[in-house]
Amino acid sequence: MAVATGNSFASRFGVHIAVLVFVAIWTIPTLGILVSSLRDKNQIIASGWWNSFSSSTQTEAGRLPAASTQVEKDGKFVLEGNIFGDGAKRNISAFGVKSAAPTQYPASTTADLGDGVTLLLNADGSFVMASPKAFEGDRGQRVYYASSAPPKFTTDNYKTVLFSEGIGRSFMNSLTVTIPATVIPILIAAFAAYALAWMRFPGRALLIAVIIGLLVVPLQMSLIPLLKLYNGVGSFFGMPSKTYLGIWLAHTGFGLPFAIYLLRSYIAGLPREIMESARIDGASDFEIFVKIVLPLSFPVLASFAIFQFLWVWNDLLVAMVFLGTEADQIVLTAKLNALLGSRGGDWEILTTSAFVTIIVPLIVFFSLQRYFVRGLLAGSVKGG
Amino acid sequence: MAAQIFSAIFVIIVGVGGCVAYFWGANKLVDLIFPSRGVAGAAAIDNLRRQGLVRPWLFVGPAMIILTIYLIYPVVETLRLSFLDRGGINFVGFANYEWAFGDREFRNSILNNIIWLAVVPAACTFLGLIIAVLTDKIWWGTIAKSLIFLPLAISFVGASVIWKFIYEYRGEGQTQIGILNAIIQHFGGQPQVWISLPFWNNFFLMVILIWIQTGFAMVILSSALRGIPEETLEAAVIDGANPFQIFWKIMVPQIWGTIAVVWTTITILVLKVFDIVLTMTNGQWNSQVLANLMFDWMFRGGGDFGRGATIAIIIMIAVIPIMVWNIRQANKETGGH
Repeated sequence: MAVATGNSFASRFGVHIAVLVFVAIWTIPTLGILVSSLRDKNQIIASGWWNSFSSSTQTEAGRLPAASTQVEKDGKFVLEGNIFGDGAKRNISAFGVKSAAPTQYPASTTADLGDGVTLLLNADGSFVMASPKAFEGDRGQRVYYASSAPPKFTTDNYKTVLFSEGIGRSFMNSLTVTIPATVIPILIAAFAAYALAWMRFPGRALLIAVIIGLLVVPLQMSLIPLLKLYNGVGSFFGMPSKTYLGIWLAHTGFGLPFAIYLLRSYIAGLPREIMESARIDGASDFEIFVKIVLPLSFPVLASFAIFQFLWVWNDLLVAMVFLGTEADQIVLTAKLNALLGSRGGDWEILTTSAFVTIIVPLIVFFSLQRYFVRGLLAGSVKGG
Repeated sequence: MAAQIFSAIFVIIVGVGGCVAYFWGANKLVDLIFPSRGVAGAAAIDNLRRQGLVRPWLFVGPAMIILTIYLIYPVVETLRLSFLDRGGINFVGFANYEWAFGDREFRNSILNNIIWLAVVPAACTFLGLIIAVLTDKIWWGTIAKSLIFLPLAISFVGASVIWKFIYEYRGEGQTQIGILNAIIQHFGGQPQVWISLPFWNNFFLMVILIWIQTGFAMVILSSALRGIPEETLEAAVIDGANPFQIFWKIMVPQIWGTIAVVWTTITILVLKVFDIVLTMTNGQWNSQVLANLMFDWMFRGGGDFGRGATIAIIIMIAVIPIMVWNIRQANKETGGH
């Protein structure tokens, strides 16, 4: 593309910066949940994910040992030990004994707690508490401290959500819904598309117009009548009304207008000579379709399959209306929505579940982007 | 679970096998009833003609049946239900429509939908166009486009979690783990509970859809831009046009049709937006939209099908102009074929 000369260096530099900014804005949100899903759950709430590679500071509380462990030294009663016990050591930067002032004293200083009682807390967690009088009681002194922990990455969150939060099961449910709902419409749509593109029959133009009209009919128009229909059919046959069969058919129905439209515009563009020479050789429409049109249409079939797969996998509305919310039917999107309600602040659960939900579309998207873009262009530009 | 996987595989086999069997069998049947080979000339021609009458309907038949059950019948039925009471039994005339326009929540939804319609398609198209133009000029443009395109593959629910994490709020002075409040606090501002902020919360929800859909606009507009004849741009450069003039006076007018397509496609999507509002606020803090309100009424208090259907009809009415325009455009294009 032509760029005006003259200030070309400055303007080209500006373009790089501008695109960089856009890319940053568009990728940082996703990066945020990816990084967070791999962080330790205590660190997620202690510091922003963008700080996850530096040590995080958090305020904690601990209790010193009870009076029974005191020893007498130089006329003073002394309690000694390490506040972390045998646990992992962290770096303490400040401490305090009142919850209102948890970081009153810097680490390694001796705090005067009144009545001659002193407390020394070192950065490594070791402490010395001394008093002229014997300590009493079986509950030790409460101590607050700000500690910094080194960055900690873990896959524990994934283990938790997959095996104990039910995301693993929902993942299977999503696959169960998506694969048949992607495969079934393809053949039905392909035959219809061929007929609409290459066969002459009365009412064809009307049918095409109806399908283009149905392309934009909001899903909301179908929900209530179909819900009633499913309830009716279910109670007539004494079966549950929320079944996988029901949602497979529903997704097939909702996907068909776009499928027929996309395939028709592609199949109509195949060269006429091929069809005609096959016809002269005595091939029937069925043979032409199976032996010539289907193989030639592979790219557009792939485009549609990707669209339908992403659409069904990412769908929430249809799943919430036509499937139950029990573990054996709830799909990933509905499960994630339920978790947003029940585990509202537990970001280690939410970010990890969200990432599990989006990973399949991302893989499909990256590996098949070519077909996806082609379908997008054919589906929206040509038809208008 | 094993049974579930088995049944899914079973359905794929039965579904695909059934389709193949139907199309193949129906085709054979036509050949048997109206044989065109092995009969006398006139009869063969007659039978070929009859085949030609029947066969297209065998091909489009299954699709037509499914479309009728899942889309055409429901449209008629929803219209009928909108004049019936909550159980769909008694005729109530326009009572549901009167209720709707008197209902505070409904009017709030209409208002919000109008704001969504005014902002989101415009923002997506504008940003998509700018990014398309900019990325065309640099060597790593393809990578940049891929990354900006990526959110299109993410579900609305997933995107809502992603952005809820960005809008996360902690009390003032605490460590902010939401990046937006962290930035605000870093520059000395006051952290906000973004999604409950009156009026402005709508815009924070819209950002999510813009984030998802800009990639769509960008890809389509980028391909339209490549279709612009190089000579028009060169002529403009020779005539001394600056980059802004080239953009607004040469490029934009030539892709006007594509811009309209992108705009209307996103408009329809906006009218149907449901997941984002459900997961972010569920319509609280005056952020309700029609699609979520409709879903709400389908199940609220056991479900009010009359009111739900009425809201669906309102959404449909908003779509009709685009539908008519699409059909007319398509007729113009395929008229010859």
